Amino acid sequence: MTPPAIRIHQLHKHFGALHALRGVDLTVQPGEFFALLGPNGAGKTTLISILAGLVRADSGTAEVMGHNVVDDYRKARQLLGVVPQELAYDPFFTVRESLRIQSGYFGLRHNDDWIDEIMTNLGLLDKADTNMRALSGGMKRRVLVAQALVHKPPVIILDEPTAGVDVELRQSLWHFVRQLNATGHTIILTTHYLEEAEALCNRVAMLKQGQVVALDNTASLLKNASELRLRIVISPDLLPAELLSRVIRHENNEYILGLKAPAEMENILASLRLAEIGIHEIALTQPDLEDVFVQIMGRT
Amino acid sequence: MTGFYTLLYKELLRFWKVSFQTVLAPVITALLYLLIFSHVLAEHVQVYAGVSYTAFLVPGLVMMSMLQNAFANSSSSLIQSKITGNIIFVLLPPLSYLEFFAAYLLAAIARGIVVGLGVFLVTLAFTRVNIDHPLWLMLFAVLCSGILGALGVIAGIWAEKFDQLAAFQNFIIMPLTFLSGVFYSIHSLPSFWLAVSRFNPVFYMIDGFRYGFFSASDVAPGLSLLVVLACFVALSVFCLLLLQRGYKLRH
Ligand SMILES: Nc1ncnc2c1ncn2[C@@H]1O[C@H](COP(=O)(O)OP(=O)(O)O)[C@@H](O)[C@H]1O
Ligand SMILES: [Mg+2]
Repeated sequence: MTPPAIRIHQLHKHFGALHALRGVDLTVQPGEFFALLGPNGAGKTTLISILAGLVRADSGTAEVMGHNVVDDYRKARQLLGVVPQELAYDPFFTVRESLRIQSGYFGLRHNDDWIDEIMTNLGLLDKADTNMRALSGGMKRRVLVAQALVHKPPVIILDEPTAGVDVELRQSLWHFVRQLNATGHTIILTTHYLEEAEALCNRVAMLKQGQVVALDNTASLLKNASELRLRIVISPDLLPAELLSRVIRHENNEYILGLKAPAEMENILASLRLAEIGIHEIALTQPDLEDVFVQIMGRT
Repeated sequence: MTGFYTLLYKELLRFWKVSFQTVLAPVITALLYLLIFSHVLAEHVQVYAGVSYTAFLVPGLVMMSMLQNAFANSSSSLIQSKITGNIIFVLLPPLSYLEFFAAYLLAAIARGIVVGLGVFLVTLAFTRVNIDHPLWLMLFAVLCSGILGALGVIAGIWAEKFDQLAAFQNFIIMPLTFLSGVFYSIHSLPSFWLAVSRFNPVFYMIDGFRYGFFSASDVAPGLSLLVVLACFVALSVFCLLLLQRGYKLRH
C-alpha cells in the first residue's frame, strides 16, 4: 500500500507566546489536488514550512510519502517540491543557471531536457539566459515555481503562487499544474482566490488560528453549506428590520441575504412589498466556496 | 555527493563572478600596506638576521589577506542569502548539514588561497622571499583559511543584519589580526602585550606561517600547528552543532 502523500499528526508550534499551530491533523492521499485555506496568520505557511523542514515543530509528526520530515529528512525533501510564498532569487545567476544549480542540489547532473520542458510550460524559454535581477516580479515568481519542480517531486506544495500575479500567468500556471496532477503528482495549494480553489481542488482544509476547522470534499462542503443566497439591489436603501438578521454581506444598496429554503423567498419579497421598497435586481445563487469560507470563519 | 559539489560550485562561482571586488581589491590593499610600512620602517626594523623588513612583512600580509577573505566569503554569502531570502534554495533540498558546512568552508578556503597567492605574487615585484617549507605553508594556508571560513559560517548564521557582521569583523577579526604580529615580531612588544599576544590564535597562524618561509619564528612551529589545529577542530565542531540544530536557519 502506498503511504499518504502527506501525513500530519497532532502538530504543535509556538513562536514565543503565540500558539501558531494547535494540534493539526491532516492526511492527503497521492494524486489529490488539495487546497489549504485560511485567513492571513492562520498558520498555513508555518504548516508548509514544517513539511519542508524550514521550521521545526514543537511536537507531533509530519511525513512526506511515509518519510518523517525530521528523522528521514533527505528522502522527505527529495519527494517534496515547495514554491515558497516569499519571492526570492539569486542575483548572481541567469534563469537557466538557477535551474541547473537547483537540480544539482537535488542530485541531478544532466537535467536540461526537463528544465527545458518546465521553462516551456511556464513561458520562461525566451528568458533562459537573462539574469534573475533583470526579470519582472511575475517572471521571478515563475522561476520560483520552476525551481520547485526541477526534481520532479511527487508531492508539490504551492504557497500562494498567484498572489500579485497577472491573469496570464495564473492561467498558464494552473494549466501546467493540472497537467502535473493528471500525471500523478499530488498538489497542495494555498490561495487567496477561493474561486481558484473551488475550480481546481477536489478537497479542502480550512485552517483558523492554527486549527483545522473544516476538512471535506469541495463538493460536499458546498452542498452542506446550509444557506442559499439571495442577491437584491433595492431602493430606497431601507432594508426592513425583520430582514436584517439574514444579511450576509452588503454594499450600498446591494444586499446578499441568506435563505434556509427557496420557499423563504416569498416572505422576503412580501416584507419588501409591504415596506414599499423597489427591487432593481434579484438573483438566487448557490453558495460558492467564498461563502462557505466566510460562514466557517465567522463562527466563534 | 552531487548536491555538495553543486553548492561548492555555486559558492566558488559567486566570488569568481565578482573577482574584481573579491580578489583584486584585497590584493591591492595588501600591496598598499607593504609599500607604506616597508617605506616607513625598512630602515628601523630588522627582525630576523638576513631577512629584510619588507621580506618579513610578506608572510604576515599574505596570511592576513587569506584570513580576512576566507571570513568574508562564507559570512557575506550567508548573510546575503538570509537577507534576500534565497537561503531557502539550499534549505529545501536534501543537503546534509555536513555537506552544507563543507561546501561553504571549502569555498572560503579557496577564496583565501586565491587572494593569498595573488598577494604573494604581487609582492615578488618588490622583494624576494625564500620558501623553506612549501608543504608546511600549504598546510597552514588551508588550516588558517579554514578557521576563518568556519568562523565566517558561524557569524553568517548568527548575524541578522549587515551591521552585526561588520561589528564582528571590526571588533573581533580586525583587532586579533592587527595585534598578531603582522607588522612586527611580538618580542619587540612590552612584556604585558607580549603575554596578551600569546592568547591570540591569529598570532600562531602568522608565526607558524612565517616559519614556513624563513625557518625562523617567535615560538616553536610545532606549538603553532597545535594551536591552529585545535582552533580548526573546535570551530568546525561548534559550527556543525549549530547547523545540526538548525540554529537560526530552521526555526
Ligand atoms: N518566524 C516566525 N516568528 C514569529 N512568528 C511567526 C513566524 N512565522 C510565523 N509567525 C506567526 O505565526 C502565525 C501564522 O503565520 P503563517 O503560518 O505565516 O500564516 P499564514 O501563512 O496562514 O498567513 C502568524 O501570527 C505569524 O505572525
Ligand atoms: Mg502564508
